[in-house]
Amino acid sequence: MSNSTDTPEVPRAEMETDIVCVGFGPAAGGFLTTLTRGLMNEDGTPAVESAAMPGMPPQVICYERADDIGFGVSGVVTRGRAIRASFPDLDLSQIPMAQEVTDEKVVYLGDPVGASRRPTAFRLADKALSRWMEDDAFVLPYVPPFLKKHPGMIFSIGQFNQWVGSNLMGTGLAQIWPGSPVAAPLMEGGAVRGVRMADQGVGKDGTLTPGSMPGMDMKAALTVVADGPVGPVGRHLDRELGLPEGKHQHEWAIGMKCVVDLPEGCDWQPGTVLHTIGYPEPEIFGFLYVYPGNVASLGIFVPSWFDNPVRTAYRYMQHWMLHPYLWKRLQGGTLRSWGAKSLQESGRRGEPFLCGDGFARIGEGSGSTNVLTGSGVDEAWATGVMLGEAVLELMKAGKPFTGENLEATYVARRRASWVEAEAKVAEKSRDGFVSSVVRGFIGMGLTGLTGGLLNMPGVPRKPQDRIPTIEDYYEGYIAQGEVREIRAECARQGKPLHDALMDRVGWPQIPLDGTLLVSHQDALLMGGKVQAAPGYADHVRFADPYTCEACRERVCIEACSGQAISVNPEGGAPLFDREKCVHCGACIWNCSKSRPRDKERTNVRFLAGSGGLHSVEN
Amino acid sequence: MSELHIVVCGSIVPDPLQTLAPMEGPTGWALKNEMMLPAVLDPWAGHALYEAAALAKKHPGSRVWLVSLAPKAKLQQVMMAVSQKAPFELVVADGPASGFTDSFETARVLAGAIKGIAGLDTGKLLLFGGWQSASRGSGAVMQMVGEMLGVTEQFQGVDKLTLRDDGSMEVKERVEGGAYQISVVSGAPAVFGWATGELPEPPNNPQIGMQNMQKNMPALMQAKPADLSGSGLKLSAVAVPQQRRETRVVKDVPVDDMAREIVEWLKA
Repeated sequence: MSNSTDTPEVPRAEMETDIVCVGFGPAAGGFLTTLTRGLMNEDGTPAVESAAMPGMPPQVICYERADDIGFGVSGVVTRGRAIRASFPDLDLSQIPMAQEVTDEKVVYLGDPVGASRRPTAFRLADKALSRWMEDDAFVLPYVPPFLKKHPGMIFSIGQFNQWVGSNLMGTGLAQIWPGSPVAAPLMEGGAVRGVRMADQGVGKDGTLTPGSMPGMDMKAALTVVADGPVGPVGRHLDRELGLPEGKHQHEWAIGMKCVVDLPEGCDWQPGTVLHTIGYPEPEIFGFLYVYPGNVASLGIFVPSWFDNPVRTAYRYMQHWMLHPYLWKRLQGGTLRSWGAKSLQESGRRGEPFLCGDGFARIGEGSGSTNVLTGSGVDEAWATGVMLGEAVLELMKAGKPFTGENLEATYVARRRASWVEAEAKVAEKSRDGFVSSVVRGFIGMGLTGLTGGLLNMPGVPRKPQDRIPTIEDYYEGYIAQGEVREIRAECARQGKPLHDALMDRVGWPQIPLDGTLLVSHQDALLMGGKVQAAPGYADHVRFADPYTCEACRERVCIEACSGQAISVNPEGGAPLFDREKCVHCGACIWNCSKSRPRDKERTNVRFLAGSGGLHSVEN
Repeated sequence: MSELHIVVCGSIVPDPLQTLAPMEGPTGWALKNEMMLPAVLDPWAGHALYEAAALAKKHPGSRVWLVSLAPKAKLQQVMMAVSQKAPFELVVADGPASGFTDSFETARVLAGAIKGIAGLDTGKLLLFGGWQSASRGSGAVMQMVGEMLGVTEQFQGVDKLTLRDDGSMEVKERVEGGAYQISVVSGAPAVFGWATGELPEPPNNPQIGMQNMQKNMPALMQAKPADLSGSGLKLSAVAVPQQRRETRVVKDVPVDDMAREIVEWLKA
């Protein structure tokens, strides 16, 4: 059996179960909800029997990396078709921070500070719309159908996951273990035979010591991979098995958001949903959902096609919040929570092998996100439901979890589903962004309004292949000599470059108020409550330090959501502070260099790790 | 000493760094959004539990119970993390853990739960808990639980407990001024309110977790609501202290003079 090269071969404890699931998000929620409902007969006898523990119902274990279920995920607006199908009598009042969508708007934001790098089309739009703008914003008269989430619901995935997890645990038919990072799948050829947990009590580099506890091997007839787009198990499989012909995962985005206690008198009503475009940069999208109790979840998406090598989501988010249209309603509010997450934006085009002998993949890491509608949670849930139905079908028929059987049950269900049909429409919707933001918007409109018949052409490139040098990005704005000086000064002070460069091109200083506009480090403590348990290895490492030494962009430092990656005053690879990491995975794709011996991947290695956000409101 | 019967009292508290906002609701004071706040095992109780597990490991045949007064849904979630740390049997009383419950009421519920533990030999009982609590700072609950169970040997601020071959136990307690006091108790039963102890937090062991939850999940499911209505309490009287101490700052006073003055003050 081959194992991850990141875990040394030493004697390890072993256990055996029937089904092991990696990651507890919406996909795993859908899977476990569906599965557990079918494991027992109405008379209380097992509908199927465990192979690992004969006489018992199948043993189902789910391992979640974060310190509790619901940590480190995001607020969401969704039509919730699959979720409602699972819970026909869903009462949103039972889930904290959940609310029906009541009002939805798309808002075009102008540039109130004059620092946004707007292409000509946006400048013309600014001018043309100016007469109808209020607070430098234009509310579109209608929401394109493909973006519309009304009727739908908004909720905090953290709270939703807690609710689902609590219901599941209450059945006694599934165990969800938080604080349990899985290092890698246990592979036997192309088959998966279970998972290996992360080693504990090790050094920063993962070295085992006499007091270490090597991660246990949990063997299972079926391994359900639901660890999202940056999870180590899914990415290990991608590396070992490759992606199917024609598939790639070249497009990403970071979603950075916060939960805010809105000020008294704010006129946003519960159920309000805003989508914003145009500011702080045209490539950056904003979102805002208003929960009951005068609380809002809000933030931005910074995509990999925003070709700024110093693309700091945090500062851009603060400029976005300070836009007059938003700030007049946010001013006086208080930050409750903050976090960030990488989104796999290749959608169906990034779909990996969905199953094989002993494994199946569900959720965002399986390419289920609809990149046209910007919807992923409900789709992820739906894929989990489909796998749950398939697994029940196979178990009841006494069939093993072979690739062939999973293909005939799970994949067949996916291919026949609305998730697949809509993902096909969306597949090429963002290709226009390959060449420019304007073509990107036109492309989305074309795809959305023609049901995918027309698309803007473009061939997506790897993120590391499209990041320009800092000098090229600022050409015409900052002279090369001055960039050199700024770089030298920041290096001397051990600071990242983004603040100095943004200041230089006219972005105003953020007027920190200590309650809503806080420093990045304060956001980690006040908002994310970021913590890391001792005894785990550094989960962010750099494949080739010489590549880092020669790198001049160091996007990993500039874009790090938690400022966990920082300048190494001694040169070489950047420093990594595990206790600041929010596990967003942005470093995976915010790197301008390919790995010397694996050109598909960047020079950043993102492994299994523990800790991160301790907020369940995001 | 042969096998031990260690009962650890411990509940959940909001995860560190969370913003806590007290608010008065229809049933009295509570924390705003209490059920939404991420929770952890009270760190003080955690030290007690890990010390208990370490002692039990050294004395084969020993048993460790964790008796917890907490909302069971939240407790269930926390237990998925805690149960990976050390083997124990869970006893649950379903009730609030916000820190606004009266200490006596809390102690009464815990003592009742302990009395109901099947197989517990009170002659072997070592009653562990936190010296303090991250939500209940009075430090009075363990003392009262011990009194209600008739356990009069009590130690608070314990950092080390050494069991001797003859059954006696050496206790290292924190006392005022950053000093330690070493005592010896002849044997069980005794109460130990733990300070930080000397053990690090154990790693997460999935095997221990699974073994624990097989027997502890039914305890969670079957947890009965705890009576914390306060109906057994009545306000007797409130009075300001009869004696007040006046603080003076003086220099170079001989020790004998200081002692004399203190004695006179006490006599008065």
